[in-house]
Amino acid sequence: MKITIVGAGQVGGTLAEHMAGEANDITVVDIDGNRLQELQDRLDIRTVLGMGCHPDVLLRAGMEDADMIVAVTSSDEINMLACQVAYSLFRTPTKIARVRAQSYANPRFRDKLFTAEHIPVDVLITPEQVVTDYIRRLLEQPGSLQVLDFANGIMQLVAVRAYNGGPLVGKQLRSLKEHLPKVDTRVAAIFRHDRSIVPKGDTVIEAGDEVFFIAARDNIRTVLGELRQQELPYRRLIIAGGGNVGFRLAQALEHDYNVKIIEFTRTRCEFLAEHLDRATVLNGSATDQELLREENIDKTDLFLALTNDDEVNIMASLLAKRLGCRKVLTLIQNPVYADLMQAGEIDIAVSPQQATASLLLTHVRKSGAVNVHSLRRGAAEALEIIVHGDAKSSKVVGRKIEDIVSPPGATLAALERNGKVVIAHRDTVIESGDHVIVFVVDKRRVKDIERLFQVGFSFF
Amino acid sequence: MHPAVVSRILGLFLMLFSITLLVPIVVSVAYTEDTAEAFFLAFAITFSLGMLMWLPFSRIDAELRTRDGFIITVLFWLALGLTGTLPLLLVDSLALSFSDALFESVSGITTTGGTVISGLDDLPRSILYYRQQLHFLGGIGIVVIAVAIMPMLGIGGMQLYRTEMVGPSKETKMTPRIAETAKALFLIYVILNAACTLAYWAAGMTFFDALTHSFSTVATGGFANYDSSIGQFDNNLIYAICIIFMVLSSISFGLHYYAWMRGTVFHYWRNPEAKAFLLILSGCSVVVCGYLFFARVYGIEQSVVHGIFQLVSITTTTGFATANFSAWPSFLPFFLLVMSFFGGCVGSTTGGVKMGRMLIMYKQVMRETARLVHPSGVFSMKVRNWAVPTRVTDAVWAFFGVYLAVYYLIVLLLLAAGMDFVTAWSATAASLNNLGPGLGDVAAHFGDLNAFSKWVLVAAMILGRLEIFTVLVLFSPMFWRR
Repeated sequence: MKITIVGAGQVGGTLAEHMAGEANDITVVDIDGNRLQELQDRLDIRTVLGMGCHPDVLLRAGMEDADMIVAVTSSDEINMLACQVAYSLFRTPTKIARVRAQSYANPRFRDKLFTAEHIPVDVLITPEQVVTDYIRRLLEQPGSLQVLDFANGIMQLVAVRAYNGGPLVGKQLRSLKEHLPKVDTRVAAIFRHDRSIVPKGDTVIEAGDEVFFIAARDNIRTVLGELRQQELPYRRLIIAGGGNVGFRLAQALEHDYNVKIIEFTRTRCEFLAEHLDRATVLNGSATDQELLREENIDKTDLFLALTNDDEVNIMASLLAKRLGCRKVLTLIQNPVYADLMQAGEIDIAVSPQQATASLLLTHVRKSGAVNVHSLRRGAAEALEIIVHGDAKSSKVVGRKIEDIVSPPGATLAALERNGKVVIAHRDTVIESGDHVIVFVVDKRRVKDIERLFQVGFSFF
Repeated sequence: MHPAVVSRILGLFLMLFSITLLVPIVVSVAYTEDTAEAFFLAFAITFSLGMLMWLPFSRIDAELRTRDGFIITVLFWLALGLTGTLPLLLVDSLALSFSDALFESVSGITTTGGTVISGLDDLPRSILYYRQQLHFLGGIGIVVIAVAIMPMLGIGGMQLYRTEMVGPSKETKMTPRIAETAKALFLIYVILNAACTLAYWAAGMTFFDALTHSFSTVATGGFANYDSSIGQFDNNLIYAICIIFMVLSSISFGLHYYAWMRGTVFHYWRNPEAKAFLLILSGCSVVVCGYLFFARVYGIEQSVVHGIFQLVSITTTTGFATANFSAWPSFLPFFLLVMSFFGGCVGSTTGGVKMGRMLIMYKQVMRETARLVHPSGVFSMKVRNWAVPTRVTDAVWAFFGVYLAVYYLIVLLLLAAGMDFVTAWSATAASLNNLGPGLGDVAAHFGDLNAFSKWVLVAAMILGRLEIFTVLVLFSPMFWRR
């Protein structure tokens, strides 16, 4: 696939990194030559220096035969214009723009505005909103490390670290059925010391394992309780950092949780105070021990470090944890830090690029995937694929799960059929129109999965 | 300052006012009373006075400045208050002293509704009509000044109401120009009066009573044609109509205009001031009715009827009475008079401090407590998603401070004039809040007070009506410095 990325900032860079490894032709356009050089040194991509919405620059970037343009500069308007130019001059099939301003994304306007006749943008992405939603889902399932929605949110894939004290820990997976006779769930993958284990009936869950399981949304909490001691819901939150993510999150949560938000700059504090209804806005540093004590950090359920600065986030989180906060969630951009911190003092590490890249991957995948989530910093993937064809043309329709020859490391975990959740068992038969959720522990196997679900030529 | 322009405008006002004096003549002729001559004389004097002030300067046209707004506003009420005494003085059968006539006239034009006349039932109808017409004129004057002029002058934080605050959106600035705004307000005011008249008439009043009482209801004045006020009719339906229109008149006319233009009513509830006003009214009704019932003053039905009526009548600073509330257990009269400090919403015909200011002060208090709990906290004061600038809160607190100071100054003056405490306290509240009836010696009427007290109360009524600062600014040397 030929993809042009306009904007080589944090999002653009991560995106290029994610997609360059998958035999895609990536061209990155930016006005900052140094930044482009930096990317080019690291990745196998082409770079073009220039304004991303100028037709001649786009022509140089090879837009004539590009399959997709992803405009992720810091300006909404340049992004939209780049899509417009790509569509008008080059008829680019897929156009994705990053649009941050809430006004554009307002459902009242967006459906009329973003059409082929007006502003031809197929997909609007707002990284801040993606991260906000991501964190919100985590808060709804206390104890989880990652929560991913599938089939419009009726089922969820949840990552959780198993701890001693969870009834299932130290037992074979087979016994899950005896523990929870009423709840249907399936363990999709287990990671132990960063190595994946393909879950089988006799696999024993150990403390410290990172377990991915899938279940209907309402059952998630029960299953979580099997893998670790039941957690109380979060109630008191302190958010450090009142930037776009912190602000959006506070806005989304202030009516359901007791939210305090710490912000360093005075003017931003005033902005926050003006635009938040219930949340308490505090002016100060997130690493100020006195301030944290004064605001009862030891009685706080969750401390969320969401500033722009990885180091500040990590230090603030460590401090909050030391001062007695129940759990900490930390936004970490740098993948090296993320690897370093996960499973240490920090309970949950969130990578904003990861979340955004997942969203874009959905559009890069060919096989009718409606939902793609990148997991474990891009190593693994979970896909939601719609099954097409019939028993003759498809390799999966009409077959039982155990008869399907799936590539190693891939698990067909669950299906959504007519709005209902069907957890995949050995004898489940796949039908045309099902949404199948596939967990792939190794990203390189994604191609095999796509091939498996492709509709072949059928002869009558 | 342009004395010539001020004189020209004032003259115009007086001539307009004199024309309204022709209506009582019609009433007088219709009911074959002997007051027509007096009214005609009053008309002639006022008209010539106006002409004298207008004619020499009629060609002078100079730009008015904000400062002139203060002078014109104050002089407008003074001039109308003074010339309004003429018919009352000229009708021989009334036999009022000048102080009494002035009190009555100012009480009418400021929509206070306190009276010095007893034996209203036997007065000529033309006089009764004239008193109510003063309310009508005062009411529209207040609305126009409150919505169009005061925000421009920015008195007591009223600049808040110039823009976003009044209603659900920017459009509540109503129409762009003052003249257009005034016309729109006049229209709403007349419609409210017409609706009220028809409702009273349908509920069983005579047409004359319906019209005149609608004047005093919509202006939240309080003059009635009977000594026993609205209680004369002893009709629950009339009480209910009266309550509804008193409440309507206490809500910002800007909101009514929006309702009229857009055909919606939901914006009333979205407006924080109107919402607070309605909530406080309902909450306090429960207190008053419950207290009346449990203190065994009335049975359940009477408690509800008199409780709600009296609460609404006094909170909206109308001052109608269905019962002698000053004789209720002393908690209630004091509670009700305190409620009159709240008044209605900004931009209505009510008096008092006004709900909008109370709301801002309440939010300020909440913010101060929050600051004590979170020393590093940053709190913004919001009224409907809109942050209130400190400039406005400062003005509101200054207004409240001066209001209380003036209040106690007047109480002291009345005590010095030999009044007892309850009478002085309540008479001041009744005048400064433009309410009407008080407690003690002034529960029924103000006729028995000495002349000095009457003059003090006249000053209180005008100060209250003009939100104190409008008058105060004229006394500052800075204002007159060129």
